[in-house]
Parts: sequence; structure tokens; C-alpha cells
Amino acid sequence: MPLIKIKNLHFSRGSKVIFDGLNMDIQRGKVTAIMGPSGTGKTTLLKVIGGQLKPHKGTVEVDGQAIHQLRNKELYQLRKKMGMLFQSGALLTDISVFENVAFPLREHTKLSESMIRYLVLMKLHAVGLRGACELMPSELSGGMARRVALARAIALDPMMIMYDEPFTGQDPISMGVLVQLIRLLNDALGLTSIVVTHDVREACEIADYVYLISAGKVVEHGTPKQLEDSSSEWSQQFMKGKADGPVPFHYAANDYLEDLIG
Amino acid sequence: MLDYFQRLGERSLSMLERLGRGTIFFLKVLMAIPSVLIRPRLLISQMHSVGVLSFSLIVIAGLFVGMVLALQGFYTLSDFGAEGMLGVMVAASLIRELGPVVAGLLFAGRAGSALTAEIGLMKATEQLSGMEMMAVDPMARVIAPRFLAGLISMPLLASLFTAVGVLGGHLIGVGLLGIDEGGYWSQIQAKIDFQEDVINGLIKSIVFGWVITWIAVFEGYDAIPTSDGVSRATTRTVVHSAFAVLLLDFILTALMFGDI
Repeated sequence: MPLIKIKNLHFSRGSKVIFDGLNMDIQRGKVTAIMGPSGTGKTTLLKVIGGQLKPHKGTVEVDGQAIHQLRNKELYQLRKKMGMLFQSGALLTDISVFENVAFPLREHTKLSESMIRYLVLMKLHAVGLRGACELMPSELSGGMARRVALARAIALDPMMIMYDEPFTGQDPISMGVLVQLIRLLNDALGLTSIVVTHDVREACEIADYVYLISAGKVVEHGTPKQLEDSSSEWSQQFMKGKADGPVPFHYAANDYLEDLIG
Repeated sequence: MLDYFQRLGERSLSMLERLGRGTIFFLKVLMAIPSVLIRPRLLISQMHSVGVLSFSLIVIAGLFVGMVLALQGFYTLSDFGAEGMLGVMVAASLIRELGPVVAGLLFAGRAGSALTAEIGLMKATEQLSGMEMMAVDPMARVIAPRFLAGLISMPLLASLFTAVGVLGGHLIGVGLLGIDEGGYWSQIQAKIDFQEDVINGLIKSIVFGWVITWIAVFEGYDAIPTSDGVSRATTRTVVHSAFAVLLLDFILTALMFGDI
């Protein structure tokens, strides 16, 4: 049974329609990539899955529960089993790296200090930043901040993690580290990972299944191999990064000759 | 012409809408307060940041206000041969009006703007969102402690302001201008009534603390999460707090000291 089932999702912000009948199934234990052009509402989708936004029509089921219908207490219980990695890391800036990773443990468990210390150091070790545990978030580079946020996201051993554009603006080495960590953690911890991105190459490297979204609907979905061999012209243009195709190069304009001479 | 009325109507409606959202926000903060009381560490660290760090500002301001009151008061009162009443003049002005109001304005400028900026920046860097996703209620963890801290600190700071002001008045009046020391204190003792003056001043400072902190915390939470948005929110906090303090001061004064 899929971990997340989205059926006929409709969502708008003001007059702008963001989702217009979206259907998606996220399978357990797999890395699913959600890709699409900028501004199609991929981050909004993560917020809907996490219950921060309510859909206007349709259902979103996480682990069998309709997340948009849950009351606050049950929603918070479900959220403890979800981890989310924000684009900026979203670390709490007034406390150290160690305290940031310990935060969910202190808030939701009654473990002793020594237990918390063990767990925090283990999680930091998993992302390779055990030596940075005394630093403050302002002293970290962007890539390091994301790794600390990742350690924090797995602190409570969740059943799934959502990654919001994890590869954006990273140098090749940090990118390589993150790519490897996402796959490694998914397999080692038995997680379900959802990666929202438009980095086609990185996503196809680690994803088991890919969804392409555009104009509020799923345009195509399949394994990375299936998408690369897809017959749809739009998908081909997106996956290969071609400058011209169904999404035109030229913004709608008058006749060129007329504009110049006439 | 019609355009002007349309804009006026639009602004009034959006102001009312904001007030409504602010009230709903306040009720949510109230509901989160019990969870703050079982975690005193958060409250205490916020009281340090909001109250203790405003200490030097309040003390210096109080001192100078008291001194200026004494100086100006002396010259006015000597016209009527009433210099001996300087003590009461300084103390009554401070206890009834200047203590709560000036301390409130200073508090809004120093602590209110800091609260708005801090919460607004936390919103802009997605820290509040991140907390929500970690199943931690930002109301209970971030907003409510700051609100309670402001509510508790403001009356204390206003009282401190008043006390230092009276001492400042003493410094100038007795030390510099040569008023009788015994007269200064005994007049205060005779004319200032605990219930009428001190308690009323305290009530004012509690009301101001509530309003200023409410505005500061709401503006931060409601700020547009960009640098421009946070700067506007901070400005709004100081301006709206100032208006609110002065308006409420008038209303409370009329209720407490007038015959209404």
C-alpha cells in the first residue's frame, strides 16, 4: 500500500490555480522525485502533504490517515513521523548545531541527557558532521547547514523525509555528498524519501520513481529510464534540457520583420 | 473624488481585518500560555532578553526625566511660592502619567521592535515553519514566552522608571535647588495615595505592557517574510504601539482620575 496517496488535489492561492486535479502515489521504502518547471508549486505540494496547507478539493492520505482532516493533536502526532528538509535548512539560529539536532529529542521524548548525547552524535556522524557539533549555524556553509538539518530531520527516526530542493546552489562536492546521503539514508533506515527538485541529472541518479508536474497536473510518471525514453515531447524537452520545444524559446510577440522595419 | 472615498474605505476595511486577525492570534497565544508556565526556562530567558536588557535604558531615561521635571517644576512653582510642593509634583506626574507612558514608549521602541524583528526574521528563514513540521507548536515555544515576558516586564520597568525619576527629582530639587529634604519626602507621603495613584499607575503599566507586547508579537508573526516586509513590520510595531499607549492613557486617565 502506498505511503502517500494524493487523489484529485485542487489548490489555489488567491486567483492563481496551483493544483488542478493532481493524482500521485508515493511508494514505501523508495526515493520518489517530483520534478517540474520553477513555480509549479512543488514546495506547495510538500506543504500540503505535511498538513500545513489544506487542499480545496481532493484527499491527501499519509499512512492511511487523511492528513487534512486531522485535529491538531493527531496532526502533530503524525508529524513526528515525518521529517522535512527545507531549502535553507531552517536551523534555529540562536542555538548550536548539537542543540539543533537535540531539539526534537528534547521536545518529544523524555530521554536522559546522556541518551540524547549518544543519539545526537550518532545522527551527526551519519551525515559526517560530528566534529562540527559545537558550531553555531551562522558559522556553517550552506551545504553543511543542510546536512545538519538532515541530521535533525532523522533525529526521531521518522518513516519518511521530504526534501525541498536539496541540490539548489550547491558546489559539485556538496551536491555529491547530499546525493549519496539521501540514497544511503533511505536504504539504511528504511525510509521513504520524496525529493522535490529540478536537477534532472541528480534526481535520476538516486530516484526509484519520478513524477513530472506542470500546470497543476502530473504530466508523466515512471522510472527514470522510462522517462528518458518517453515519447512525450514536453517530457523530452524537460529531461534533456532543450532550449526550444513545446515550451517555446520566444515569448509571444509580433512578426519579427514587422517589429524591426514596420 | 470618488477615488478618495474608495481608498479610504479600503484602508478602513483592511485595518478592521487586521484587527480581527490580531484578536484571533491573541486568543491562540492565550491558549498556549499554560504550556509556557510548565517550562519556566523559556520564560526566564525571554524575560532576560526583553526586561533585563532594557534596564539601563529605563534607568537613565527615568533619571533624566525626573531631573528635568524637578528643574522645570521649580521655576513654575516658585511663581506661586509653592516650591515646597516640588516633591509631590514630581512624584505625582511620574506615578500617574509619565512612568507608565514614557516607559511604555521606550519599551515599545527598544523591546517591541526587537521582538517584531526577531519573530519576523524567524518567519523569513522558515524557522517557524520548520518547527511546525517537527510537531512543535511555534505558539507555545516562541510566541507565548515572549508575550508573557513582555507582560511581566513592563510594569516592573515602569515602576523602576518612576522610582528612579523620583530620586532624580530629589537629586536636583534638594541637592541643586536647595528645597527642604524633609519637605520633599513628607509631602509625597502625605499627598500620594497608594490606591488612587500607585495602583492606578500600575494598572496602566500592565495594560500598556499587554498592548505593546501583543502588537509587537503579532506584527512579527504577520510580517511578510522578506527584508522589506520585516522592516515595515518593525516600523508598524513602534508606531502602532505609540498610538495605542497614548490613546489608552487618555481613556484610562479619564476613567481613573476624571469624573467620567
